[in-house]
Amino acid sequence: MDFIHSIPWFLIFASLAKTIFIIFLVVLPMVSYTVYAERRVSALIQDRVGPNRTGFPLTLLGFKKDFSPFLGGLGQPVADAVKFLLKEDFTPGHVNKPYFWLAPALAMMPALITLAAIPFGSVLDLDFLLIPLGHLFGAEWGHGPVKMIISDMNVGLLFMFAISSVSVYGIVLAGWSSNSKYPFLGGIRSTSQMISYELCMGLSAVPVLLVASSSGLSSIVNYQVAHGWLLLPFTDGSLTLREILLWIPIAIAFVTFTISMFAETNRLPFDLPESETELVAGYHTEYSSMKFALFFLGEYTAMIAGSALIVVLFFGGWHLPFIPDGSRGGFWGAIFGFVNITAFFAKVAMLLVVFIWVRWTLPRFRYDQLMKLGWLYLFEIALANIFLTAGILAFT
Amino acid sequence: MSPVLFWFFTFLMLAFATLVVVNRNPVASALSLVVTFLSLAALFVGLNAYFIAVIQVLVYAGAVMVLFLFIIMLMDLKAERRRKFNLLAVGGGVLVSVGFVGELVLVLGRFKLGESPFPALRAEKIDDVREVGMTLFTTHNLPFQVIGVLILVATIGVVILSRRELK
Repeated sequence: MDFIHSIPWFLIFASLAKTIFIIFLVVLPMVSYTVYAERRVSALIQDRVGPNRTGFPLTLLGFKKDFSPFLGGLGQPVADAVKFLLKEDFTPGHVNKPYFWLAPALAMMPALITLAAIPFGSVLDLDFLLIPLGHLFGAEWGHGPVKMIISDMNVGLLFMFAISSVSVYGIVLAGWSSNSKYPFLGGIRSTSQMISYELCMGLSAVPVLLVASSSGLSSIVNYQVAHGWLLLPFTDGSLTLREILLWIPIAIAFVTFTISMFAETNRLPFDLPESETELVAGYHTEYSSMKFALFFLGEYTAMIAGSALIVVLFFGGWHLPFIPDGSRGGFWGAIFGFVNITAFFAKVAMLLVVFIWVRWTLPRFRYDQLMKLGWLYLFEIALANIFLTAGILAFT
Repeated sequence: MSPVLFWFFTFLMLAFATLVVVNRNPVASALSLVVTFLSLAALFVGLNAYFIAVIQVLVYAGAVMVLFLFIIMLMDLKAERRRKFNLLAVGGGVLVSVGFVGELVLVLGRFKLGESPFPALRAEKIDDVREVGMTLFTTHNLPFQVIGVLILVATIGVVILSRRELK
C-alpha cells in the first residue's frame, strides 16, 4: 500500500494530460492546418484560388447537408490525412530496409520531444472544478496551480538545441538507406547545412541568456513578464535607457536566430536538401504514403517548435500586456490561464504565417551561397553580438 | 533516480556498447554508439546533472556522431563487411580487456572511500549551469583559457593541413 502512495499520481496524471493536450490537441492539428494555410497563402500570393472546396461530408453520416465552413476547404487537411493513411505504402527493392523504416520515425520524434521544454502557458488552477469533483468520489483532488510546461528544466534552451541536433539522423539515414543518388545528395546537403546553422542558432541565442541570466525557458519568460518583452521592451509600461541600448543586440540576435531557424527546418529559401529542380524531392524521394507523411509532419512540427522558441525568447512567451497569469485561482484564474495559453499559440501562429510568407516570396539560395552566408556572415555577426551585449550589460 | 530506470538505462548502454564492437556494418556501429551516448545522458539526468546530460547529447550525439556517420556513408561499406576475422586481433583484444577488468577489480576492492555514501546535495534543485560556469570562470579560469588556446591552435592546424591537401 505504501508503494502506491509513494507514486506521485497527480504529477504523472498532470504531465500526461499536458503531453496529450499539446501533441494531439494543439500541435498535430496545427501542423495539418499549417499545411492548409501554406496552400491558401501561396495561392493568395500567386493569384490563384487554392484548395477551397473540401468540406466535411456530413451527408455520409445521415445529415441533410454537407458542412463547408466559412472559408471553404477546411476539410482538406482531414482528407489529406486519410489519403496518407490509405495509400499503398510502397518500399522500393533496392533500399536498406531496417534503416529505411527507422528514418521517418527518427525524423518525427525529436521535433515532438523538443515540445517538452516549451512553457506554453503560465499556470492553470482547476481546483474550483477538481475539489467538488473529488468530493463526489470521496477523495481530495485539489493540488493548487500547475505550471503549463511539461518539463521545467534549468537547461531548457540547451535541451531544445540538443534534441533538435539529433533530428538530423532521420534525414541522413533516409538519404543513405534509399540507396539512390538524389536522396543521398539531399541527405549530405542537409547534414552539412544543419551542422553549420546549429552553431549560428546557438550563438545567436546567447545574448538572450545573458540578459535574462538563465537558460531555463520559463525563467526567460518570467524575466520578460517583469521587464517587458525582449524585442518590444515597452510592454511593461516603462522604457529605460538600458532597455533601449539592449534592444540593438537583441534585434540583431532575433534576425540571425530566425534566419538560422529557417535553415535548420529546411524551409525555403534554404530548402536545398529537397530542392525539386535539382534533387527530385531530396532525401524523401523514395518514400510513399505514411512514411512520407512522417517526414512532412516532422518538418512542420520542427517549424512549430522553432516558432514557439522564438516566441519564448523574443516575444514574451504566453504574456500579454495587462492580462494577469492564472495564479489567482478560482474560475477567473482558470480563464486567465487559458487566455495565456491561447495568447502563446496565437503568437506562434503569427510566426508560422511569416514562415509561409517568406517561403513564397524569396527564391532559393545556391548551395555555396548558403554555406557562405552561414559561416562568413551569420556566425561572425552572432559572435560579435555576444560581445556587444556583454559590453552593454557591463556598463549600464 | 528510481533503480528501475537506472538499471534500464545501464543495461541499454552496455548492450549497445557491445553492439558497437560486434556489428559488422559501420553505420549500425555508429548508430549503436549514439544510443549508448543517449543512455549515458539519461544516467546523468538521474544524478541531477542536467547540464552535463544535455551537453553530452548536444556535442557527442548531435555533432560528433553525425560527422562520423557522414564520413562512414561516403566510404565503401562492402569492403568493410567482407573483411576476414583476425584471430590475433580478437585474442589481443580479449587479453587487454581481461587485464583491464582485473585491474579495476583490484583497485575498486581496496577503494574504501567508495563504500561510504556520498554526502547529500545542498539543495533539492541546483542551478547547475550557473555552478559550472562560476567554477570554470573563477577557480579554474587559467586552465580553461589554456584549453581554449589549445583548441584554437588545433583548429588552425587542421585548417592549414586540409588546405595543403587541396593543392
